[in-house]
Amino acid sequence: MDNGLTAAIAANRFGLGARPGELAAIGGSAPDWVRAQLDGPAPEIASEGLQSSASTLVQIYDLRRTIRAARLGAAGGADGGNGGANAESAAAIGAFRKLPQLIRPIYLAEAGARFRESVSTNRPFVERLTQFWSNHFAVSADKSVLAALAGSYEREAIRPYVLGNFNDMLLATERHPAMLLYLDNQVSMGPDSRAARNIARRNPDRKTGINENLARETLELHTVGVDGGYTQTDVTAFSEVLTGWSIAGPAGWLSGARPGTFLFRAPMHEPGSKVVMGRSYPDSGYDEGVEVLHDLARRPATARFIATKLARHFIADDPPAPAVDRIAAAFSASGGDLPTVYRALIDSPEAWQQPAAKYKTPSDFIVSSFRGLQLPVRADKPPVGLFQLLGQRIWMPGSPAGWPDRSADWDGASGLLKRIEWADGVGQRVGPRRNAMELAPQMLGSGLSAATREAIAHAESAAQALVLLLASPEFMRR
Amino acid sequence: MKRREFLTAGALAAGGALMSSRVTFAGMANGRKPRLVFVILRGALDGLAAVPACGDPGYAELRGDLAIGRPGTDGGALPLDGLFALHPSLSFMQQSYTARELIVFHAVASPYRDRSHFDGQNVLETGYPQPHAVETGWLNRALAAIPASLAPEKERGISIAPTAPLLMRGPAEVTSWSPSHLAPLDDQTLQRIADMYSRDPVLGQKLAEALAAEQIADQGAAGGAAGTASGANSSMMQGHADALDQAVPETSDASARSILSSGTNRRPLLAERGKPGAQYAEVIQAAARFLKQEDGPQVAVFDTTGWDTHFNEGGAKGQLAVRLAVLDAALGSLKAGLGPVWNDTAVLLATEFGRTVAENGTRGTDHGTATAAYLLGGAVKGGRVVADWPGLSPQKLYQARDLRPTLDLRSVMKGVLAEQLGVPQRALESSVFPGSGQVRPLTGLMRT
Repeated sequence: MDNGLTAAIAANRFGLGARPGELAAIGGSAPDWVRAQLDGPAPEIASEGLQSSASTLVQIYDLRRTIRAARLGAAGGADGGNGGANAESAAAIGAFRKLPQLIRPIYLAEAGARFRESVSTNRPFVERLTQFWSNHFAVSADKSVLAALAGSYEREAIRPYVLGNFNDMLLATERHPAMLLYLDNQVSMGPDSRAARNIARRNPDRKTGINENLARETLELHTVGVDGGYTQTDVTAFSEVLTGWSIAGPAGWLSGARPGTFLFRAPMHEPGSKVVMGRSYPDSGYDEGVEVLHDLARRPATARFIATKLARHFIADDPPAPAVDRIAAAFSASGGDLPTVYRALIDSPEAWQQPAAKYKTPSDFIVSSFRGLQLPVRADKPPVGLFQLLGQRIWMPGSPAGWPDRSADWDGASGLLKRIEWADGVGQRVGPRRNAMELAPQMLGSGLSAATREAIAHAESAAQALVLLLASPEFMRR
Repeated sequence: MKRREFLTAGALAAGGALMSSRVTFAGMANGRKPRLVFVILRGALDGLAAVPACGDPGYAELRGDLAIGRPGTDGGALPLDGLFALHPSLSFMQQSYTARELIVFHAVASPYRDRSHFDGQNVLETGYPQPHAVETGWLNRALAAIPASLAPEKERGISIAPTAPLLMRGPAEVTSWSPSHLAPLDDQTLQRIADMYSRDPVLGQKLAEALAAEQIADQGAAGGAAGTASGANSSMMQGHADALDQAVPETSDASARSILSSGTNRRPLLAERGKPGAQYAEVIQAAARFLKQEDGPQVAVFDTTGWDTHFNEGGAKGQLAVRLAVLDAALGSLKAGLGPVWNDTAVLLATEFGRTVAENGTRGTDHGTATAAYLLGGAVKGGRVVADWPGLSPQKLYQARDLRPTLDLRSVMKGVLAEQLGVPQRALESSVFPGSGQVRPLTGLMRT
């Protein structure tokens, strides 16, 4: 295969879309360019103005206290007279409305920082992998306060581990407050735990027990996969293992944990040994969960599940078995060392075939357009409306399975027309200041077909030429 | 060039004569064209919350705090028959029941017996007994099996979404539509793109489909208020759980209010916008316009999410109650938007599986098995609950935790497809629901 073609594959399939000059910089060995991005520590996202998940949770705790106080005021006022009650409940509602005012700027700042990184990074393979893992361990910002946590979750539990070991990322995600909240584990309580027995003694009517959401999705979506060989009994037992995995509240420092960070609540933990997928775990509190996750990470089913998802993302919707085998073998042999896994992917000839088999997701389409056309990015004003319009709101897959990753999930008629309509608007805005004839080979390399080049050359205006470039079949796929 | 001519040219260039018969179609011989709307309820809607079995002594006992009171009690359920009732949020559905336009199926389940949302939804959408057997949906294959004499349109189905859900993918030509605030392209640019796509059958086909749908939306809007668009997400109710209660366990009943305004960049769900479901008006009205078109699609699909209530589900009030109210209002506005076409319409709502009968440890319910399904519309012979009730006493439960399935969801689907769309029996058993020979279609679902 000629160098021009492999460079285009490297930039567009492994990366996030070629920026002007990128294909030339890739030079002779495209796989080397991809591989070299794995060297050095994982890039940190520029984080001025961003705050930790713990800080956000503390702000939410504080606001909640204000709301509760205003409500209590309202209730008290009701005894005293109507005028007071109305004023107080207005205060309660006013306080309540502050929650979106707290959450939205955090979401926008995080989305802006991530978008700027996507558009500007010169290690786009690592950024693509980051977003792959963020989607694998998905939380969805449309639930609860997750809109304020999804970004910091990605910075805290995904980014630092992308070039590390799978087991470490698994542990970091499952114990992160965003995941615990998203999958409802923070109040899951062992039925025979000390806390449950205390509650039963004081208030026999109050229901306590486990919530199996986190355990089920960890098995099904994060590790062995739905065919990984577990049963309902395993789900229940693993839920019991995870009882007590919770979050420190406003007074968390009393128990030695900073408010808004992970806290193992020993009194909520189900006592006794548990059997998960045929292995017995003696009662050891928090360590039980760590051990189960460690064992899950080493199961062959996990290696195969991860390898299939990676190959589907980088090669084809139905990935070729030899590539999956190769990646899974690298995963198992290296004990989940992710750079080794990625190298097996890069070394797979199937990943370097033409024509491009993957229809771009809306996010791919937007980011590669911004990169290719060097569209201006304002980190304080990320194009969240555009992501929504094209059908992929940032950090909002709507389910713990994350966004789907097959062409048929994205290539809808209505979605295609919207991409074209947006491209038309871009053409009208920046067309006069861009030269599509020069940009097309910079973005698509030797993937640019003669017919598309011809269509762009014969466009009636600079604006129309840009629309044709962004709407071209080559640019819609990677 | 006029857009219609362009469309035809574009479609032909793409290799699919998509629009050619559109103008000539004159409806069915007897003048009645049946419509089917399918609403996917993703996340496992709790059938015992939507349709509580208030007359079963096990209900209140196992449900605990989540139990909804009997009809007639304060905040109680809306009456159906002696055994079953409807959630108090479902007032339009109850009116439909009284008007004999609603059938509730209970203790119903797809053939899927495990508890993964994603495999469960795959079975719900593919219509195969095992997940991930095929990449096409039963509703699309049913459309492909309708004799041309009954449905001469080329595009018989539309998904109200940017991309068709699996349920609607397959051999039959279908399209998708979702609201947009982007300015339309000039025809000249569109033509050049269509020409460019003549080398790419997939994109060419999709573009032609999108333009056809746009044309129908525009036609229907002419003379009325053209939908000014807002970029509202077409997914009717993407998950919007309660903002505060989730973060910190010890909150009281803030859910009904907090659900309205939790802090994403989405518009508030209810409170500040008047009646429930107002924000779906644009999407529902557009769907009604599509279905009202004589030469428009016969089948429309809505995708809804947010029914996965592991935490703070609520009873008569609370998180799920608000969502059900939104759904109920959306169904009401669909009826209003369809006008007389409602009489030719059946709306089927189904979810992937049910939830545990007993409350879990976090005031919610975990993944279960059997649940309820709903069929309503002017074409439906309603006013009844169809259920072979297995009972809720502990020894009657499936695996000691779930409502036991006694009715195969495919019986309902097959009955609806046969009676409403005229899908031949042979096709129902071979191409639409393979391996369902033993699953008899229900009969007498529709008025004749």
